[in-house]
Amino acid sequence: MRNASALGIKKQKRYRSMKAVKITSLTVIHIILTVMAVIWILPFGYVFIHSFRGNDITIPFPDQIFPTEFSLDAWAKMFGGNPANYADNKFDWINFPRWFGNTLLIACCSCVLTTLMTLATSYAFSRMRFRMRQPYMKLILILGMFPGFLGMIAIYNILRAFGLNEGPLKIIALIFVYSAGAGMGYYVCKGFFDTIPKGLDEAAKLDGANQAQIFFKITLPLSKPIIVYTALTAFMAPWMDFIFVKLICSGNFDYGTVSLGLQAMLETENYNSHWILFCVGATMVAIPITILFMFLQKYYVAGVTGGSVKG
Amino acid sequence: MTENIGTKTVKRSNRFVRWLAQIGDSFVSFFKKIGNFFVGLWQTVRYGNWKTRLSLLIMGFGCFAYGQPLRGALYLLLEIGFVLFMVFTGSYYLSKFGTLGTNLSEPVIDPITGLPTNERTPGDDSLAILLFGGATIMIILVFVFMYVKQLKNAYENQTRSEFNMPIANTKKDLRNMLDKNFHATLLALPTAGIVVGTVIPLVFMILIAFTNYDNEHLTPNNLFTWVGLDNFKHLFDMQGDNALGSTFFKLLGWTLLWAVLSTVTTYIGGMVLAILINKKGVRFKKIYRGFFVITIAVPQFVSLLVVSKFFSTENGLVNQLLTSWGWIDNNIRWLEETNLARFMVVLINMWIGIPYSMLITSGILMNIPEELYESARIDGAGPVKTFFKITLPYMLFVTGPYLLTQFIGNINNFNVIFLLTGGGPTSSDLVAPAGKTDLLITWLYNITVGGSYGDYKTGSVIGILVFIVCAVFSLAVYRNTSAVKNEEDFQ
Repeated sequence: MRNASALGIKKQKRYRSMKAVKITSLTVIHIILTVMAVIWILPFGYVFIHSFRGNDITIPFPDQIFPTEFSLDAWAKMFGGNPANYADNKFDWINFPRWFGNTLLIACCSCVLTTLMTLATSYAFSRMRFRMRQPYMKLILILGMFPGFLGMIAIYNILRAFGLNEGPLKIIALIFVYSAGAGMGYYVCKGFFDTIPKGLDEAAKLDGANQAQIFFKITLPLSKPIIVYTALTAFMAPWMDFIFVKLICSGNFDYGTVSLGLQAMLETENYNSHWILFCVGATMVAIPITILFMFLQKYYVAGVTGGSVKG
Repeated sequence: MTENIGTKTVKRSNRFVRWLAQIGDSFVSFFKKIGNFFVGLWQTVRYGNWKTRLSLLIMGFGCFAYGQPLRGALYLLLEIGFVLFMVFTGSYYLSKFGTLGTNLSEPVIDPITGLPTNERTPGDDSLAILLFGGATIMIILVFVFMYVKQLKNAYENQTRSEFNMPIANTKKDLRNMLDKNFHATLLALPTAGIVVGTVIPLVFMILIAFTNYDNEHLTPNNLFTWVGLDNFKHLFDMQGDNALGSTFFKLLGWTLLWAVLSTVTTYIGGMVLAILINKKGVRFKKIYRGFFVITIAVPQFVSLLVVSKFFSTENGLVNQLLTSWGWIDNNIRWLEETNLARFMVVLINMWIGIPYSMLITSGILMNIPEELYESARIDGAGPVKTFFKITLPYMLFVTGPYLLTQFIGNINNFNVIFLLTGGGPTSSDLVAPAGKTDLLITWLYNITVGGSYGDYKTGSVIGILVFIVCAVFSLAVYRNTSAVKNEEDFQ
């Protein structure tokens, strides 16, 4: 009797101490996570708050972490639109609304083109069987291993040969640059198509459907997640790129994207006077994509996870 | 043990021999295919009737003659287009391709003043000759392919009509485009994109590695020409002034070190973060995850530019704060001192990369069977031991391909290095403009389009070598993973 009860008390004590350990470890984990979240968000928070800074507008980093005065000057300047609004010619090349519009246009066009081409390539590789299938897939794998912008000089010369490097045609050139390689990014999408049961295709075939009908009426309606994923990544690409746009626009901001302008703001001669404007621009680029991303996160996660496992 | 190692070596060498044999076989089959091709062509001519033989001259005649007007028209258009192209542009570029141009354009001398004017005499443009000469060769190859195809088509039509078999008419052709040949319809546009946007530029860049194209040989003031393997020799040259050899190997070493460090740190970091967030009892999981995921949506160049300004030596936010708090007296050269800069780029890359790998790993982590952890707990294993004995091996097994792509991606991780340090700090033991944190890819950029160097010939040699490094790693990993899988089949 005594023995048994003693054992019970011991057990209880051990259980309690284990519980205490668990609670401490959970608290520690919460603290770690919070600290990490702060580290990850802090730089963006700093940029966002300082876009409203009214004091020390000629130096990037004043001594106070928080601005002492607030103003909407920088925002007004960025959205002034008309370059004539700027009294100072230091700022007359800034036309943020226009850059934003350019980027949006390029992103939308290349998003549509890229999505269509990626879906087409993936379907062909996943469902059709033809003689050159395997060699073609291997060729794309090998082509993908060459450093991406190695061909930049050539692309620039090709575009020049077609006269696409002047004026508004630069926008077409950029759309071409962002969507030309779409067929090479078939991996994730093909992996998804591979998981759709082949029985569906065969049933449709028995009912007299041809391949095109199977693609449009059976496969595509079942592939919403992967279509959203492909479109989202394609839409984001022009906002994120800064090398191609720099090469193709070469100093002309009228037909460039936001990244071209934002980069120029941080060049040595502009850096001090343009830092707050950069903060506004960075916020304005981040906000739409972040909102889009938050709504479509589910699909994005599904896409990257699927793609990483299949390889 | 010794026996074990012995059998392993035997296995290895066997595998190697088999691999060599495979290469030999593929060569033999390649030449056989070429042989068969010519035999087939000869037979077509020998046994073909006049309609088929006329197709030798007029492409698509064999299609017109047997009720395939659409095919015939397309073939004929192709032939006309090809001939016009060759007459008007192709032949010029092709004839100049061997020398890349000999006719230098010179400024027109004003007859009155005797001074050079802005106008120039027409001359050759080596760059255009290289680009379009290469494209012309590809077009000729495609044309030959189509030519043979139509010839075969004509012969097939002839045979079919001799045996009274049905010949696909235009209607059937169009229907097939949506059914049996739907892949061709689907792949037409993407393939065109890949050829123009990737293949031609790539061929062009590879060709440049064998020329002396650089800033001193720019059109229209100068021409460039073929130099064979000189650029490769120059890059591997260890002695002499401006010898690039030691610079190249130092940068290669750092590139590989960087690729390993950055891949491992973000992978492990992301996994630990995912484990922490997904742990039972942790609250606000969605909010925590949301915080990290948001950082993926912010364009990388924005976050990297911001961070690089935070850590700049003069007037950087971090140095300024540390000084104002009285923690340091002199500015710390975060991104300008070799070892510190290397440490910082790896650290900042973790900040960039961890959310992404957290996303990827958290889905897979939840798939690890709970029983494994339970039995480990019963055996008294702590969280660290569980991580190294269960979580890590499982994850490595499942995400092997992902790790490989990450590794390759990091060898070519242009953004992080370029935006943070620009490759610096420069050093006396590296040939300018190479710096201590330069990867091969940023070096390539800086010596070609990035600065005033314009050393395209060396740049493209570096590009080819980067490709070889990537290909070797991919091949090694793929071969080994497949070997591992095969071995497991026997267990």
